[in-house]
Amino acid sequence: MSTPTVEKEPASKVELAPGVGGGGEIPTFDVTLRVRRYNPEVSDEAHWDEWKLTMYGTDRVLDALHKVKWEHDGTVSFRRSCAHGVCGSDAMRINGRNRLACKTLLKDLDTSKPILVEPIKGLPVEKDLIVDMEPFFQSYREIMPFLINRGHEPTRERLQSAEERERFDDTTKCILCAACTSSCPVFWTDGQYFGPAAIVNAHRFIFDSRDDAGDMRLEILNDKEGVWRCRTTFNCTEACPRGIQVTQAIAEVKQAILSRKV
Amino acid sequence: MQVHKYDVVIVGAGGAGMRAAIESGQRARTAVLTKLYPTRSHTGAAQGGMCAALANVEEDNWEWHTFDTVKGGDYLVDQDAAEVMAKEAIDAVLDLEKMGLPFNRTPEGRIDQRRFGGHTRDHGKAPVRRACYAADRTGHMILQTLYQNCVKHNVEFFNEYYVLDMLTVDEEFTVDGVTRIRKRVAGVVSYDLATGELHVFQAKSVVFASGGVGKVFKTTSNAHTLTGDGMGIAFRRGIPLEDMEFFQFHPTGLAGLGILLSEAARGEGAILRNSEGERFMERYAPTIKDLAPRDIVARSMANEVREGRGAGPNKDYVLLDLTHLEPAHIDAKLPDITEFARTYLGVEPYTEPVPVFPTAHYAMGGIPTNIKAEVLQDNDTVVPGLYAAGEVACVSVHGSNRLGTNSLLDINVFGKRAGIAAAEYALTADFVEIPDNPLVETERLLDTMRSSEGGERVAQIRQELQDIMDANVQVFRTEQTLKEALEVIDKLEERYTRVTVQDKGKRFNLDLLEAVELGFLLDMAKVMTAAALHRKESRGGHFREDYPERDDKNFMTHSMAYKDPTATETSGVRLETKPVVFTRYQPMERKY
Repeated sequence: MSTPTVEKEPASKVELAPGVGGGGEIPTFDVTLRVRRYNPEVSDEAHWDEWKLTMYGTDRVLDALHKVKWEHDGTVSFRRSCAHGVCGSDAMRINGRNRLACKTLLKDLDTSKPILVEPIKGLPVEKDLIVDMEPFFQSYREIMPFLINRGHEPTRERLQSAEERERFDDTTKCILCAACTSSCPVFWTDGQYFGPAAIVNAHRFIFDSRDDAGDMRLEILNDKEGVWRCRTTFNCTEACPRGIQVTQAIAEVKQAILSRKV
Repeated sequence: MQVHKYDVVIVGAGGAGMRAAIESGQRARTAVLTKLYPTRSHTGAAQGGMCAALANVEEDNWEWHTFDTVKGGDYLVDQDAAEVMAKEAIDAVLDLEKMGLPFNRTPEGRIDQRRFGGHTRDHGKAPVRRACYAADRTGHMILQTLYQNCVKHNVEFFNEYYVLDMLTVDEEFTVDGVTRIRKRVAGVVSYDLATGELHVFQAKSVVFASGGVGKVFKTTSNAHTLTGDGMGIAFRRGIPLEDMEFFQFHPTGLAGLGILLSEAARGEGAILRNSEGERFMERYAPTIKDLAPRDIVARSMANEVREGRGAGPNKDYVLLDLTHLEPAHIDAKLPDITEFARTYLGVEPYTEPVPVFPTAHYAMGGIPTNIKAEVLQDNDTVVPGLYAAGEVACVSVHGSNRLGTNSLLDINVFGKRAGIAAAEYALTADFVEIPDNPLVETERLLDTMRSSEGGERVAQIRQELQDIMDANVQVFRTEQTLKEALEVIDKLEERYTRVTVQDKGKRFNLDLLEAVELGFLLDMAKVMTAAALHRKESRGGHFREDYPERDDKNFMTHSMAYKDPTATETSGVRLETKPVVFTRYQPMERKY
């Protein structure tokens, strides 16, 4: 991993191909955004509201939601922060699939039909697209998501080979957006199930060569609400905005439990 | 009114807040208040690395790091603070590794290091590999690791509690036989987003770690939620703000969007080209070229565009070229940012250069503190019990221009210091009695906005503010553009009094939240512009076309902006100065 950066100096001047770097006029198009509304201060019933919007080719679903909130109806409520897919605030169901609103380009959706936006499933809805995240974070906390090392603390860093580091690289990408857990049919019917995100975060430590508490985490996930509830429907992998191979991570944890018992 | 009592209250749960909480939580009863969830904080968006002179891959030492920081900040850095940061950087990185942070590794299994802008070997001789990193998601890994350790230490979080006011009392104190008045902190007022209820948190110590204010600009790498709340609260309560004219524009934002592409791309060998295919940084910084500090690169890019060598149909951006790098190298070291280029611009970085332009990135200024992270209410009076760390604070380790990676370092070094100091103070101090009617200011603010029928829209005013800041207070500034900006901000502020919030409910009223945030943005835009008008020289991130030279005779000082309604010429912002701390480096011309 430590190969020096390019030693060969790039050319001072190159011929650029015509039209290089993209750009050009950004096309506009019309979309219909249909949002699932719920506000218990107003009514116990949820309903759908719909807006027709003119949007740009580079716009995302989050831009459409902002346009509604900022220009049409200030009561439409949703969480968001970074707006480029790293903070995990704006996971929602877009046309029936769990997505981050800030990473879903409108042009990639079928704009001939209304775009359906709903809260993620399996967590209590608080208002419009906002759900109670506490049960989700509770499961996360239960798998002891922190490095546990029982050895002497070295003065310098603990050594870890690049290969050992690579072993759990995929699961370090998790941003705790809950897209995976709330896409899981098992979680929808059984909120006690730890869910994919908690297992992904357990995986991140179980396969970290510096960690000594893998056995304890495997024991926790060997529970009846643990990994064995997974039915490998791959919804979680499909939903993950960070491209984590979630189902594979769960399978590796299952395998680790089995091989430990042998 | 609900009242909570804690030894220490930390406002903000990004890197600085959580680093403070890990220390404070083990020493004193601590609560962390955040308007988000901790893992949503914008520390997670930082990409490239965190510098420390570990010397794992080549010779390095903390004195070189100190020098680079001072020079990078164009000598406006307080050198005692820079020294603390560069020295403690080494332990800050090792602390994170021991907490579990998965750094990239060398073949020997040590923490790997790479190049970054302005970080050099032996006082500017050549770029040095100093940045410790985890692919191009170092900030994400820091945020996750700190949150994991907060879980480990059972830190008590109040999520989606938006702090709106700080409670202080005035007290007399005597120094050298002279009796003076100083503030003491009693606690904070917070708005629970889920219920709309106000909560008072009484605390012996309060730590502000609430981040930056990038949303005063239209094109920015900052999150929607970075609206200068902490700086705004302090300013409204009579605390000055230091060096607010210095705002960093990161060279490589995705053109038109502002989404950050890490400097690590250039650290790994990417270069900038203009429409003629020319590597133009060879002209502006002949020695370290594309790895010059951000202020210089951003200005060079803007200059290329102004002189007609911008790329694209409107000639309004330049190009970041990675096409000479091996795709495998890009995948290993820069996976996230190349994905951003694909997702948001539809550009394939393996084969095409990526359109980029400077994006508003980081406030060098903020709430003034000393190296113990104690907040100052003037040039030397400490407010007992009040601390600040991270982007909200100004120590000042970044001076007029922050070097890449030094913000992740700042939050760890000074977050830790703030947490320890706040807890230790709380263990010896008594609670300050909460003033009568602690909610009066906050209720007035919220009620006005909830009941107003003036018809002005938050989004409209905010957009006009961001437009004028992008046009007039960006990379190039003049007296005329700044005065014009102040006039516009004054008018927007007047319209803001008639802002109407559509959502009248209590539950998750984010409409109201955005209206409150806009008030802070207006205040901070005013302070930044007034301070920029006051500084008639060019230094670091602040470039005045009407005063293009650095002027050490008149301006080798920090600026201190106070809220003062009598300062009508500068929209109620009074500017004073504060001396810069020098230890070992005398100002030199800044060349790279």
